[in-house]
Amino acid sequence: MKRKAFLTIAPLLTAGFVFATAAAAQDTIKVGVLHSLSGTMAISETTLKDTVLMMIDAQNKKGGLLGKKLEAVVVDPASDWPLFAEKAAQLLEKDKVAVVFGCWTSVSRKSVLPVFEKDNGLLFYPVQYEGEESSKNVIYTGAAPNQQAIPAVDYLMKEVGAKRWVLEGTDYVYPRTTNKILEAYLLAKGVKPEDISINYTPFGYSNWQARVAAIKKFGSTGKKTAVVSTINGDANVPFYKELGNQKISAEDIPVVAFSVGEEELSGVDTKPLVGQLAAWNYFESINTPANKAFIDQWHTFIKNPKRTTNDPMEATYIGFNLWVKAVEKTKSTDHEKVIAALPGLETANLTGGIAKVLPNHHITKPVYIGEVKADGQFNVVWKSAGVVPGDAWSDFLPGSKDIEADWVTLKCGNYNKVTKTCSGQNYK
Amino acid sequence: MSDEKQVPGLWSRTTLVARNPARFGDRGGTWLLGLLAALAIAVPILNQVVPASSAFHLSAFGITLIGKYMCYGMLALALDLIWGYCGILSLGHAAFFSLGAYAMGMYLMRQIGRRGVYGDPILPDFMVFLNYKQLPWFWHGFNHFPFAMLMMVLVPALLALVFGWFAFRSRVTGVYFSIITQALTYALMLAFFRNDMGFGGNNGFTDFKEILGFDLHSDRTRVVLLIITAAMLAACYLACRAIVTSRAGRVVLAIRDAESRTRFLGYPVESFKLWLFVFSGIVAGIAGALYVPQVGIINPSEFAPINSIEAVVWVAVGGRGTLYGAVAGAVLVNYAKTYLTGAFPEVWLYALGLLFVLVTLFLPHGITGLLRGRTKDKSPAPATNTLSAEPVEK
Amino acid sequence: MKTLSWGGQFLLLLALWVALPARAQSPGDAGFLSTLAGLRDASFDDKAKIIEQISQTGHPSVRAVLTALMEQRLYFRNSDQKIFIGKTADVDPLNLIDPLTLKGGGTASAESVTQIGTNNALRRVLREAVARYSLSSPEVSVRRDAAREMAKSLDEPTVKLLRDRLSVETNAGVRQEIATDLALAALDSPDGKARLDAVATLSNSVSQDVRNRLASLIDSEKDENVKQAAASAVRSIDHWRTFYSGIQTLFFGLSLGSVLVLIATGLAITFGVMGVINMAHGELMMLGAYTTWVVQQAMPGHIGISILVAIPAAFIVAGLTGVLLERTVIRFLYGRPLETLLATFGVSLILQQTVRSIFTALNRSVVTPEWMSGSLHLNDALEITWNRLYIVLFTLIVFTLVQLVMKRTRLGLDIRAVSQNRAMAKAMGIKTEWVDAMTFGLGSGIAGVAGVALSQLTNVGPDLGQSYIIDSFMVVVFGGVGNLWGSLIGGTSMGVVNQLLEPWAGAVLAKIFVLVALILFIQARPRGLFPQKGRAAEDK
Repeated sequence: MKRKAFLTIAPLLTAGFVFATAAAAQDTIKVGVLHSLSGTMAISETTLKDTVLMMIDAQNKKGGLLGKKLEAVVVDPASDWPLFAEKAAQLLEKDKVAVVFGCWTSVSRKSVLPVFEKDNGLLFYPVQYEGEESSKNVIYTGAAPNQQAIPAVDYLMKEVGAKRWVLEGTDYVYPRTTNKILEAYLLAKGVKPEDISINYTPFGYSNWQARVAAIKKFGSTGKKTAVVSTINGDANVPFYKELGNQKISAEDIPVVAFSVGEEELSGVDTKPLVGQLAAWNYFESINTPANKAFIDQWHTFIKNPKRTTNDPMEATYIGFNLWVKAVEKTKSTDHEKVIAALPGLETANLTGGIAKVLPNHHITKPVYIGEVKADGQFNVVWKSAGVVPGDAWSDFLPGSKDIEADWVTLKCGNYNKVTKTCSGQNYK
Repeated sequence: MSDEKQVPGLWSRTTLVARNPARFGDRGGTWLLGLLAALAIAVPILNQVVPASSAFHLSAFGITLIGKYMCYGMLALALDLIWGYCGILSLGHAAFFSLGAYAMGMYLMRQIGRRGVYGDPILPDFMVFLNYKQLPWFWHGFNHFPFAMLMMVLVPALLALVFGWFAFRSRVTGVYFSIITQALTYALMLAFFRNDMGFGGNNGFTDFKEILGFDLHSDRTRVVLLIITAAMLAACYLACRAIVTSRAGRVVLAIRDAESRTRFLGYPVESFKLWLFVFSGIVAGIAGALYVPQVGIINPSEFAPINSIEAVVWVAVGGRGTLYGAVAGAVLVNYAKTYLTGAFPEVWLYALGLLFVLVTLFLPHGITGLLRGRTKDKSPAPATNTLSAEPVEK
Repeated sequence: MKTLSWGGQFLLLLALWVALPARAQSPGDAGFLSTLAGLRDASFDDKAKIIEQISQTGHPSVRAVLTALMEQRLYFRNSDQKIFIGKTADVDPLNLIDPLTLKGGGTASAESVTQIGTNNALRRVLREAVARYSLSSPEVSVRRDAAREMAKSLDEPTVKLLRDRLSVETNAGVRQEIATDLALAALDSPDGKARLDAVATLSNSVSQDVRNRLASLIDSEKDENVKQAAASAVRSIDHWRTFYSGIQTLFFGLSLGSVLVLIATGLAITFGVMGVINMAHGELMMLGAYTTWVVQQAMPGHIGISILVAIPAAFIVAGLTGVLLERTVIRFLYGRPLETLLATFGVSLILQQTVRSIFTALNRSVVTPEWMSGSLHLNDALEITWNRLYIVLFTLIVFTLVQLVMKRTRLGLDIRAVSQNRAMAKAMGIKTEWVDAMTFGLGSGIAGVAGVALSQLTNVGPDLGQSYIIDSFMVVVFGGVGNLWGSLIGGTSMGVVNQLLEPWAGAVLAKIFVLVALILFIQARPRGLFPQKGRAAEDK
């Protein structure tokens, strides 16, 4: 009996298995959301999924886009990089979405890149990253190193007077690249090699005793020492706890972090972190009408007045608005047309400035340095004079200082100015 | 508290395949081979012949999915060979899979050449970025496909040989063996995550352009890769079946059921285990090598212990000790995962977890056991003491 | 002589009466208040200058005001712009203290006042300024910290302050600090003998700052005797510092090992005694950690004892979950350890997702109580962090308790009997099902308690268990399945070896080395450090 039942279902299963057909066409515009809802990255990415849903909701209340409603297609790539590629392919080929908002880690972005480039899709990537990339099919609304790391080091050098440097990172591409750029920058500014200490620890590292003791030793020669931390999310909590326990306060050895924001602080006892620094392009505590409205909108949507907002959320907000503007401008959701319309478009960010899409598919962003307060918010202690344009190819690395990205005139993401050749995505 | 040992004896009631297929027929295997043949014919037609607008068109996404499932099926096959038939539970088999995958990845990286982001003809992008002046010694030769093919088989085999020789010689068995295979794959994962190792660090290898001159992104290449995978899966299945139905297969079963007794009877138990383990490692390595060009990325998280445990779950769900059951289990569980992460992104973990629990509790012989009409484990309980003849009640 | 009329006398009295309070607020007070008021709108740089001015007023309230500013407790009221000190920070409503009289000034809601902000540089300046006042505090630790702080800026008035204090100081530790500071100052003296004496005093120190100062003295010193003395002092300090640093590394190893032992003990029981491979062990630890968070949410004012309440709570929560798990799933899978592996793996997925649904995927913040924060300062070269020390002690206590349960209680006896020979135990009348449930509950409860300890060291999130499950298996296998002493020795040694290697090889290579060493070790001793003996053990 059971066998018969199974044998009738099996062909159907096989059929469904083989015929991965697209869903029936409906009169909506589909928006893909490619963020991990489980696994190690869920903590950070679930918030971004909710942000996209909130923006879609708001846009639908305004009447949708081009007369049609927006429909969210949410998938869970579960922090699994091959699954990211699979889900991206599903969104583009099966669901035929008009745009995708997604990814967080560089690995996830690199694994979906071939899919987007082959299917000529459009991805908005909202997280700060290491640069060294410019794809025709991606708009990078997060910070490039020159919009976060370099200004932070400038602040430490000039305002804090740091003479010795510890570059402490988690062992993956973003810290590796950022530290390479920073090392080159520091050496160019006259810092001696023995005054720079670079160190890497694995993901999720929690046994910081020996490492923090080493930092303390490095910083006790009498010269003011600062730590530039590219430690990834989870490992930050035990790191700061250990700093507090070994009585290293922010006044003695300040630590500036690039991956610690309001969201990370909300799950943490902030006592040992008070006074520590972070560099971002947005802080929830920045008081502008636009920001206040956004925060209120978020609290209403998520039904929790205690939830924080952070920089990647602002980047998602900017990306979404840019896409809407581009679609309205071209009166179409065709990927090719929208991508062509984006460079040059402007939209307001939440801190009173303008985010403009540049030919290299990055945007302009302001830079803020903030000190952690006991309530988990940041106290802005420095801001850039204006907005900083994102530079995909760092001028401080020998491999990339000759490379330029321009999708408007050169139509190339890695154009070598010296050899006058284009490689990478548009190789010929 | 021993591994599930059946009643010692010459006839093992759960493994149909142990008997000569010519006499007793291998229903499950026939189904599997038939299905693979059908796919090998249907997929090219559905992709190349049927127009893209039709509802029956099989997109590149679908092809990749099927290919991926087949690779996982091969991994499950490799695992079932040593677990279902020899009682060796390896919780680190993804290590062999990943080593084969990395070997293929290295070949594909060398093929990118000047088309990489930095335009260097020899060095892959990640090496340029990490300031390597020249190619590390272990990368030489990978631009030739025959050499790469050799490596895909040799490296996992070598690891299996060394590890297995040490382990089996010292008579490390059961739970201890399983845990040290976990240690192995975990150590490899940590090592490959290191950006200093020369294997691309945590980003792994990606952005492949072509294989043997064929563009990896074109549908035609994908279809051909799928057909090759199906053929390899069928070949490996037949090879495994040949092993387990041979006389050597009988000895292997005896080792599973009563290792000490087999040893006392004079059989070189360690050698049998070792060679089976090496063969299983090779099959897993080939699976990994075929996986990479279809999925387009290889990354150290493939070494993660959790992947190996998932592979064991596939075999258990499908029904271990049947070979075709392992393949079925792999396909089923991964299909469920694909479907659930798309349809129920918020709660798919519940469904998956529940699946494992229910299958283990109620279907000890897996889905294929269900199909064969076995829902209760009819074999007597395992003995706790090798000298006792009487089974102990559960 | 004409006398004043009644009206004139009255007016005179009135004038005096008005003038009197004004004189009670002396010109010093007015100046103090107006300097203070400058803090309201000043930039960070100007605030530093104002702080200097405040110190110079010499007003009795200076110390209280500066301490309040440093601790973020100085506010100005929005309505009348008057400056107030808050009794405690971050409460609503605030208890205000008048800066002049240092007495109560009423209360105010948090919105009606604005905090006067500081940044790192300012807090540094404040720290030094306050230290001067703290030197005469009644508390020993405050005085000692103040003396240490003052070593960073040894100018004339500071040295005079220290010298004055030395003559009245009674506590030996503080006297030592002050003597060190004075010796450091004396290194700049023109008198060679004074410098020699100073070097002699300083050679007993093990402080890095002292060593740096002596090292730089060697370069600039002209007098040969002093130069020699300084060089030998530096060598001596280096020698002692290396010694203490070795002890510190040992402590790091012990503390890492104690964490490993804690997470492995529960597993050793379920794994070794029952032959059950529990892949949900990590999730049981996670439940313990979340229990700690819940307890802290339930008693927000009593963080200090929240940990002590959380320990039994976590034990019960995790233990009950374990018993539930055993009754519903594991019970049917006895004798099939590999099936239990799979089933418990499924359970771990379910538990993770359940926690994620209830508590969201975000990490939860578990606060470290005061008595567990900071470190124990043994000397300038050796500081032991309190939380790690407590965890080491805690591990030992838990281990001892478990051993007592196993060796001295009836339950322990039953457990051991069942694990050695189930059939015989049953034949002797022991209720094996009940014993199984209790054993599993015990093992799970210990996992929950380990989770409480972990909540103090790392993030509390749904993935907490995944990070530790591999390590716990390694320890159990290394120590010998079923043997608690094996887990203790195994875990501790793994921790120590890892920490010894780390400074040379880096964290990742150290870990890899430990894993490879484990694999090789198992080849040599296939059943771990302390294998189980007996015929029944053969089939495990």
